[in-house]
Amino acid sequence: MKAQKAEAFLPAIGVVGLLAIWSLATWQQWVDPVLLPSPAATFKSLSQGMDDGTLGFDFAKTVYRTAASTLIAAVIAIPLGIVLGSSERLYRSLEFVIDFFRSTPASAMFPLFLVLFGVGDETKISVAAFGAMLVILFNVAYGVMNARKTRLLAARVMGASRLRVLFDVMLLESLPQTFVGLRNGVSLALVIIVVAEMFIGSQDGLGHSVFEAQQLFDMPRMYAAIFAAGALGYGLNLLFLLIERRFVHWSGK
Amino acid sequence: MSAAPPAANLQSPNVSTAAPASEPAQRPHVTVRGLSKRFDKAIIYNNFDLDIPRGELISVFGPNGCGKSTLINMIAGLVPPDAGQILFDGRRLDEIKFGYVFQNYREALFPWMRAFDNIAYPLKMMRVPPAERRSRTEALVAHLGIKLDLDLYPYQMSGGQQQLVSILRALVVEPEIMFLDEPFSALDYEMTLFMREQLQRIFLETGTTTILVSHDLEEAMFLADRVLLLSRHPARIAAFTPVPAARPRTDATLSDPDFVRTKAECLEVFQREVRQA
Repeated sequence: MKAQKAEAFLPAIGVVGLLAIWSLATWQQWVDPVLLPSPAATFKSLSQGMDDGTLGFDFAKTVYRTAASTLIAAVIAIPLGIVLGSSERLYRSLEFVIDFFRSTPASAMFPLFLVLFGVGDETKISVAAFGAMLVILFNVAYGVMNARKTRLLAARVMGASRLRVLFDVMLLESLPQTFVGLRNGVSLALVIIVVAEMFIGSQDGLGHSVFEAQQLFDMPRMYAAIFAAGALGYGLNLLFLLIERRFVHWSGK
Repeated sequence: MSAAPPAANLQSPNVSTAAPASEPAQRPHVTVRGLSKRFDKAIIYNNFDLDIPRGELISVFGPNGCGKSTLINMIAGLVPPDAGQILFDGRRLDEIKFGYVFQNYREALFPWMRAFDNIAYPLKMMRVPPAERRSRTEALVAHLGIKLDLDLYPYQMSGGQQQLVSILRALVVEPEIMFLDEPFSALDYEMTLFMREQLQRIFLETGTTTILVSHDLEEAMFLADRVLLLSRHPARIAAFTPVPAARPRTDATLSDPDFVRTKAECLEVFQREVRQA
């Protein structure tokens, strides 16, 4: 029992260790304090930024853009992935195109999307959606294609029609893989959104906040924004994991 | 599996309680005529005929790769034959109700459904209303006296329990024939012994014509009224041997002189067929 309690605190060791080294480094001035502010200064800036709303606003903007792009990607990719996955011949005929664009860095698409959508939110969201969509599509299609043959046969033997097999078996069989796609998709969307906020005519968002703080040499604020972005990425991944554990309880079992 | 009207003589209750007579008394339940099947160049079946008596448990046994599973898969409609006719008391497969139990229970059950819903699923496919599905499933479990927590998900159960759920799922439609493809070969020995008991009890209760593929001669004989011994492919019937032992069979059956003698005969036939390679 005691040992189990101790187990739960293991992840804290890394955090405490990092903070200790960081504090030591700034206290001993191993690094130029302009480049690396103390943890205290950084977290003060983080809490202030969240309190007075400047960082909070940027945070909310990034959450909105990431959520919007992931949602668009999922709405397009999940039904499409099911259709493609349910016919292996269809998927094989499109596989190269999907793999090619999946392997293309989405950031290379920015200029094209700028021409199409201008410098507003649409460009950022659509580039991120484009990247996330291909990742989700690929995973959903493979989830459907890799549905256990025995399970499909079992459903057929029990008199399930093709449509029934699709909805009762293939769809549920693909869910664990779909969640892999969603988690990868939302991570990719966040990366693309933050990059887009830095460089393409953006006035807000975490990417803009990091970039602006760096330009103004406000290092505590820059580190604070980086931490906020990190927390967002970690939180989104955790959120999808929790949803998966709740609704896809058989995953990995 | 269609919702065809049940045949008049759906299950014959008496046949299974005694050792079968050496000649089938009634006309056969399943008739296989002129069955042919090839995979690439290998001829698995060539003009194969077989009669399966009603209400008996038949074990199919033979050398590796001789087409044991292929035979029941063709009879159960999972694998299309190249030629030939298979009739069930004169009717086609789509006119009867049947149950099929896969070797790999882990992949045959639906992990997103509780055991209860897994068992009731074929009834849903037959468009049985939910209340009746529930009562029929409960009745089946109670009738067979099976102790299982049906609120569990398959992955929360042991392998034997999962296979028992598979067997119940096959039985819930009140099939006139059951197919089991090496149902216990993924289980450990202790569980296999327990499951033999369970299957025998279920068979005694329902008297459903059952075709079981086995790769274990003792298991094949312990469960069967007759053992169908196949030759190497193209498969012939090497022997169709009645097992001379009354039911319910127990551990003592395994050392019964008649049983032992029959087993030795079967083994001899088997080894003759293996050597003919």
